[in-house]
Amino acid sequence: MRKSRIILFFLAFLVWTLLGWPVDFQHLLVGILIACLVAFITGDMFVKRPHVFKSLKRYLWFLYYIPVFIWECIKANFDVAYRVGHPDLPIKPGIVKVKTDLKSDTALTFLANSITLTPGTMSVDVDSENGFLYVHWISVQDQDVEKATRIIVKRFEDILKKVFE
Amino acid sequence: MNEIIGLFFITVGLFFDFFGCLGLVRLPDVYNRLQASTKSVTLGTCSILFGLFLFKGFTAAGIKALLGILFLILTAPVAAHALSRSAHKMGVGLCKESVCDEYAKEKK
Amino acid sequence: MKRLRWLIGLLAIIIILGMVIYYPFESLLEWQSEFLKRSFSVLFLCAVFCLWRIFRGPTAADRAVAIDILGILILGFCAILGIPTGRDWYIDIGIAWALQSFISTLALAKYMEGRNFDE
Repeated sequence: MRKSRIILFFLAFLVWTLLGWPVDFQHLLVGILIACLVAFITGDMFVKRPHVFKSLKRYLWFLYYIPVFIWECIKANFDVAYRVGHPDLPIKPGIVKVKTDLKSDTALTFLANSITLTPGTMSVDVDSENGFLYVHWISVQDQDVEKATRIIVKRFEDILKKVFE
Repeated sequence: MNEIIGLFFITVGLFFDFFGCLGLVRLPDVYNRLQASTKSVTLGTCSILFGLFLFKGFTAAGIKALLGILFLILTAPVAAHALSRSAHKMGVGLCKESVCDEYAKEKK
Repeated sequence: MKRLRWLIGLLAIIIILGMVIYYPFESLLEWQSEFLKRSFSVLFLCAVFCLWRIFRGPTAADRAVAIDILGILILGFCAILGIPTGRDWYIDIGIAWALQSFISTLALAKYMEGRNFDE
């Protein structure tokens, strides 16, 4: 409870400092007051498990996750440009069901966001109890759960498991 | 030199923005439109903001542009997710080229 | 026939884009500022596409999608507008607008789904 408030205080203070970038004394003073207020009011709504912020390994895996994500993003954009510019609109859409092992809310959110920004897929709904995701796929290659999982989810799941679980 | 690279990034961003909005007009149903436009417009606008950062350097506007990139990457997929789910629950069907719809089977 | 029509449409769009972007530049600085001013026209074209989808959209969900995309485009507008005018506060307006548009999109999605806003 107290740890999560301290982490939230530092995050809010960082965002405040970046928003008023040329650092001066008055800005920082008001920033400390406002970050205290925010951390006091919202409490542990934002940070549920403060112990994950401690280990250095997670930050390194997160640094590895960023270039993978950006590369997939760029590929997705060229894919969209190809499909939209083609005269016949080569699409074969459908909603498929994929399985995931991730449990925590943050990891599921990041997985859904990554799926939305990568080539040809967009997450429609998350069933977090059974660990299923419903994914809209612009060119369905396989309707089977296992094979679709291997194509869509496996790119990110291993990295995200090391970062957030 | 920074300004030339910034102009390159802005041009790439305009290109992707344009294709995203073209997809909004050409594609047949809500889900395809949402998919194409969210991806392209998000990365296009991020690219424009990065170009702004290269123009301005580490000043107030440049740092705000970097924060804008972070904010956009975190929020645009969430908005797309909420819109697609609400469209499906509202009863908007898939277009007639569609192959399968596991989500409708699950709801029954 | 379909391919021919598609080709003619794409050629027309490319010619419009070229006329919008191309400018005979004397010096580099002049050219940059002029290019940035002309690049608004591309974003205006994108905004017109969005408005067309809002006007035509068969269902309410299409219109909500177009409104969401328009909100992100305005952030791009504000970002480009900050460079040739040299004013830093345009990007503030853009970020505030994008935040507002995100929240309103979530509210719109909940409303279409038929849920309460409190949930």
